[in-house]
Parts: sequence; structure tokens; C-alpha cells
Amino acid sequence: MFLETIPNTSGYMLAGFGISFAVMGIYVLSLYLRKTNLKRDAEMLESLQVADKPQTEKSKTRAKSTKKK
Amino acid sequence: MQSKPIALTILDIVSIIVLGVAAYLSLFFAPTEAVMGQVQRVFYFHVGTAWVGLLGFILAAVAGIAYLITKSMAWDRFEIAAVEVSTMFFFITIALGSIWARPAWNTWWTWDPRLTTAAVTELIYIAYFMLRQGIEDPEKRARFGAVYTLLGGLSAPITFMVIRLFRTIHPVVIGSQSAEAQGGFSMTGDMKVAFFFALFAFTVVFIDLMWHRIRLGVLEEKVEQLKLNVSM
Repeated sequence: MFLETIPNTSGYMLAGFGISFAVMGIYVLSLYLRKTNLKRDAEMLESLQVADKPQTEKSKTRAKSTKKK
Repeated sequence: MQSKPIALTILDIVSIIVLGVAAYLSLFFAPTEAVMGQVQRVFYFHVGTAWVGLLGFILAAVAGIAYLITKSMAWDRFEIAAVEVSTMFFFITIALGSIWARPAWNTWWTWDPRLTTAAVTELIYIAYFMLRQGIEDPEKRARFGAVYTLLGGLSAPITFMVIRLFRTIHPVVIGSQSAEAQGGFSMTGDMKVAFFFALFAFTVVFIDLMWHRIRLGVLEEKVEQLKLNVSM
């Protein structure tokens, strides 16, 4: 027996392309979100490092002065 | 983090364009296959994503070897990028295959040699991230990752060759296929255009995403180093 008409499988085709673009889109979004979060973390850690430096220098000089006394 | 290179911005634009053209060729340019109907159009994306998926797993194995020789963290970043992008593409391959199988084979999934090796390959690379998550020391993590991708890389040629070596219902479009294969078809000229363009388009998108992921790896390392400095 031969098929006389082409079967209607458009729904499957649309689902396939939909899933493909959705997965790629989610991955690109995840890359963007991770980059944004890491940038924020880096800025915060850099500011902490800058704020931490003078404090450690102060504590060193304090330690020196107490030793002299 | 360094500002985004112009070449990467151009590659982003080119990637979007070629992916759009590949979708157009697959959806409208290629003729409708007479037996399976419209669902056959997913074949172009199915093979395109499988190509870059398996290519990435091989590249990760090569990067693993390069890391073990040079101990350069740049190879580790390359390896993670290759595995991550390929795992994403290979997931699409499996999903598209399953969608195509429903009308073609009357089932979403069957434990055919090709489907089984593809599923095992995907699981191997999902486990790769679990392995890396469990190791704190960056050098140890990179070394374990390199050995893992080296061994895991064997799954890529096995997955590719399995339909050519074993009795399977999965069709082989290029080359001779098993007598049990169901859903195979011979490509017309227009189908070949869509097919080869999809391979090209996914290669461009793969390179683009790899580049972005490698840059993200650089940023991850910077943050990790800053955390160490602050905690000292």
C-alpha cells in the first residue's frame, strides 16, 4: 500500500524548532546572568580589598607602637 | 574583565544571521519529504547540533591532553567551554531525535545502539560538571577534569560510528545503512544546501559561544583569586 498524502507532522516540527531555539536562548541568558553576577562579585571584592588594605596597615603600626612601649 | 573585542561582536552578529538563514533554509527552502512530512525538517538542526556536540567533546579531550602536558589553566578554561557548549547542543540533538522518532518510529524513545550511546555520552558530560563541583583545589580540579574528558572523549567516536557498525533502526544519511534502519531518505539538491548550511551555521554559533564561555572562565578565575586575597 502506498501513502497518497503526506502525513501532517507540522506540530512535531514546530515543537522541534521551538525547543532548539528555547534551549539556545536559555543558555545565552545563563551566560549573560553569570557574567553579570561575576562582574558584581569582582567589583565588591575589589572594593573590600581596597578597604581592607589601610586597616591592615593601621593594625601593623599599632602592633609596632605597643611593642615599643 | 577586558572589554569585549570587536571581532566577538562581529561574530555575534554573524552567528545570529547564519542561524536565521539556516532556519529559513530548513523551514522554507528545503522541499517537504514525502513519507515523513514536515517533521523531517528538524533533521537539519538535528545533524547540525550533533556535529558541533561531538566536535566539542573531541576538542575537550584535546584540551585535556594539552593541559596535562603544559599545566596551563588556559587549556582548562577551553576544556570547560567546549564541554559546556557541546552538552547544550547535544541535548538539543537528543530532544530533536526524540521528536522526530515519535511520528517516524511511533515511539519517543527506544534503546537502540545509537540512542543509547548518545544518552550515555550526554550523561558522561553532565557528570563532568558534578565532578568539578566536588573539587575545591583549582589545579586538582583541572587535572581530574582533563583525565575525565580524555576518557569521556572516547564516547564521541563510538556514538558516531555505532550506526555504521551495529544493527540499528537509526538511519544513516551519508554512507550505507543497516537493513533495519527506518526513516531514512535520500537528499535532493535543495536538501543538501540546507543540510550543509546548517552544519556551517552551527559551527559558527559554536565558535561564538565557546569564545563567550572562555571569557566567562577568565572572569570566574579572577573572582576566585579575589576571594582568596580577601580571605587572607
